[in-house]
Amino acid sequence: MSNKLDSKIPSGSIDSKWKDHKFKMKLVNPANKRKHSVIIIGTGLAGASAAASMGELGYKVKAFCVHESPRRAHSVAAQGGINAAKNYQNDGDSIYRLFYDTVKGGDFRAREANVYRLAEVSTNIIDQCVAQGVPFARDYGGLLANRSFGGAQVSRTFYARGQTGQQLLIGAYQAMMRQVDLGNVDLKTRREMLDVVVVNGQARGVIVRNLLTGEIEKHEADAVIIASGGYSNVFYLSTNAMACAVTAAWKGHKRGAFFANPCYTQIHPTCLPIHGSNQSKLTLMSESLRNDGRVWVSKTKNDRRHPNEIPDAERDYYLERVYPSFGNLAPRDVASRQAKFRCDEGHSVTPHGEAVFLDFRDAIQRLGEAKIAERYGNLFQMYEKISGENPYKVPMKIYPAPHYTMGGLWVDYNLMSTVPGLFVAGEANFSDHGANRLGASALMQGLADGYFVLPYTIGDYIASNKLEKVTTDHDAFKEAKDATEKEIHKIMNIKGDRTVDSIHKELGRIMWDNCGMSRTEESLKKALQQIPKLKEEFWNNVRVPGAANEINPELEKAGRVADFIELGELMCRDALERDESCGGHFREEHQADGEAVRNDEKFCHVAAWEWNGTSKAQTRHQEELKFENVKLATRSYK
Amino acid sequence: MSDTKKMNLTLRVWRQKGSQQSGSFKEYLAKDVSPDDSFLEMLDQVNEQLISKGEDPIAFDHDCREGICGSCGFMINGNAHGPQKSTTVCQLHMRQFSDGDVLNLEPWRAAAFPVIKDLMVDRSAFDRIIKSGGYISVNTGNAPDGNALPIPKVNADEAFSSAACIGCGACVASCKNASAALFTSAKVTHLLSVPQGQVERERRVLSMVETMDAEGFGACSSTGSCSASCPKDISLVNIAKMNKEYLKAAFNKKPETNLEEGV
Repeated sequence: MSNKLDSKIPSGSIDSKWKDHKFKMKLVNPANKRKHSVIIIGTGLAGASAAASMGELGYKVKAFCVHESPRRAHSVAAQGGINAAKNYQNDGDSIYRLFYDTVKGGDFRAREANVYRLAEVSTNIIDQCVAQGVPFARDYGGLLANRSFGGAQVSRTFYARGQTGQQLLIGAYQAMMRQVDLGNVDLKTRREMLDVVVVNGQARGVIVRNLLTGEIEKHEADAVIIASGGYSNVFYLSTNAMACAVTAAWKGHKRGAFFANPCYTQIHPTCLPIHGSNQSKLTLMSESLRNDGRVWVSKTKNDRRHPNEIPDAERDYYLERVYPSFGNLAPRDVASRQAKFRCDEGHSVTPHGEAVFLDFRDAIQRLGEAKIAERYGNLFQMYEKISGENPYKVPMKIYPAPHYTMGGLWVDYNLMSTVPGLFVAGEANFSDHGANRLGASALMQGLADGYFVLPYTIGDYIASNKLEKVTTDHDAFKEAKDATEKEIHKIMNIKGDRTVDSIHKELGRIMWDNCGMSRTEESLKKALQQIPKLKEEFWNNVRVPGAANEINPELEKAGRVADFIELGELMCRDALERDESCGGHFREEHQADGEAVRNDEKFCHVAAWEWNGTSKAQTRHQEELKFENVKLATRSYK
Repeated sequence: MSDTKKMNLTLRVWRQKGSQQSGSFKEYLAKDVSPDDSFLEMLDQVNEQLISKGEDPIAFDHDCREGICGSCGFMINGNAHGPQKSTTVCQLHMRQFSDGDVLNLEPWRAAAFPVIKDLMVDRSAFDRIIKSGGYISVNTGNAPDGNALPIPKVNADEAFSSAACIGCGACVASCKNASAALFTSAKVTHLLSVPQGQVERERRVLSMVETMDAEGFGACSSTGSCSASCPKDISLVNIAKMNKEYLKAAFNKKPETNLEEGV
């Protein structure tokens, strides 16, 4: 047991914690705010919303992104929607119900206080976005429309066709650009963070590489926020964009930030199946499709008939069969596992590889093609472009794929990591989703952190700590810059035979086969033997062409893959130590009828790993989880 | 997914080391391409071979590979994002091509989009257009209830259709004048279609158009090539609306007084 992890959960009843805490926090007076600076790494939903809000408050913000423009951040690709406990549908929703669903959906492995706050501010997010002009879907009365998402029995998901993430990101981006125009936010694009600079135990700056010139830059501030997204690309093939990486978070980890629950990864049930070995990514089909689509396989194994020729009686609508009350809207981890079980049993609907059907025949008969096109038109179009098949006529073929990572840097209630002054927001932190995230909750969390949590908690940090003036001439900056340059020099001079992608693909294979949708002690031990060998292969045989002082996408990728290899090893160790099944972490040894079996006596805690240097293994620390409001119970969606 | 045969293509790719160097076309063979591969996956394979041979891989911007981030984009045989309508180049699949095809790949050509390297261009001018007024000024925490102000469904849908722009720059690259009118007007129209955007409508259109001109984009001569090449089908109507809005604002313009000074 460790005393290093203080979650700083405020006392009081669950519904008064955040309110009381906000009142007790110290404030920075308006005139003093402009004397304080904040660095933000990443400008997706969490980063851009934080940059806009902190800029509005008067802080001097420096925002960095790897992209040419903040509007490219991968939040843009989120399709389905954003949850909020508005109860506009009068169907019994409430803050408490959203809180309850999220704790249960996360299989009782999230911190209650954080989840409650998330549900509490969810309603403000919708209001804020509407005020920014985000064009949410509306009904004919002009009011906001909702749809249903997995793991909930109420309709609380707000959406903008199948492009909700894009619209919310652009809202946050525009709010941030307004602050850029006003001179409050200094936006630095095409910069990759390669180190956190710690001075006297506090995060006081970053080292970034200018991706156009290769220059290594030093930047100082009073606090640093990492909002760099998740690490699904450790699997090589995932629904993440190509530049999504663990690098910023990992560099923070190496400077003392604990990494929590790395084994909690979400495999999304509805993605396009793998088509070939040259494939560079997997494409998600929004969960919202399960509102109207029915998932099935043939009852006959290896059935090669055309799907439209298989009569209803010979179809196994397995989600409806196994989970009669949630049906096709079972949560993601559950739906993914059921698809895997069907394919493992020989019911895959494609001769090479694995897939199940997602069928809109009945919905089209009931509502007409036009209604379905209005709801999902862009998704159907995207499916047809990739697969060459028309989903209005033939059922979609889908299969689970790595999508989201619940694990991330450990943070306390104030979203601060174990390094004072280093805050973590959005998917990059571990805080709100436990072992499984419900659909439409990622956008909610990113914006909650950026718009409504960090602007308060960072103010409290700045007001409560005496922060001496630090410039980039400080030795700590020089040391960090030298170390970064040395590592780049090392990678450039390996000059081996293997491309970065070939090593990344090999890592992905190891992770997917051994630490993917299901894990065993045996598979994890196997991976823990393979990964160190791959690490050695990387550091002896990778080939990066070109030079370090120019645009060099291969060098960028190489640095990211080096970090993914180290993370992969930690994921496997974390998965091995967590000798139970929960949410997305499915240990085959612990199941009953294909459902995850938790071990609350031994594992009702967060595992947070402390970096001990390159030559030593990380240390595992625990933060006990207390469930005082939602009773610990076996999750059931039947 | 189809089981059709693999194909071989010839690529003539614009290679340019940097914005200060001159560039030229270079020929490459793309061998054993699967029709199920995306266009960028085909280029990945060409790059893997170039790296193995010790040559410099072809630089191109890309990220989500789902047609939504707007990072990718270059000309294929003179068409922005290639031959398939309403499709970004990352969503373009090789089944659109035939064995033996010869494809010319070149970057967006526009004075306001200088080439960075090979097929990569600098589109930061778009960010500066948004920065000059493409937003609604509302600070965090000031918002009334989302349903306090009903918005007719048609207006909300119209706002969405304009807001769907991904900022890829195909409109500029396809325009003989390299005009950014479609991009700029999509944002003007989006914010014009919702009630929250009314307060700043005049200031917004004047400022954004002024920035667009200052960035070196050309004038619009209504040929419509922008909309025809747009992967998100942003309508030409947006430009008409922006022009009308601009005219009205230019005539209505009131001198701005800074009240804060007197406080």
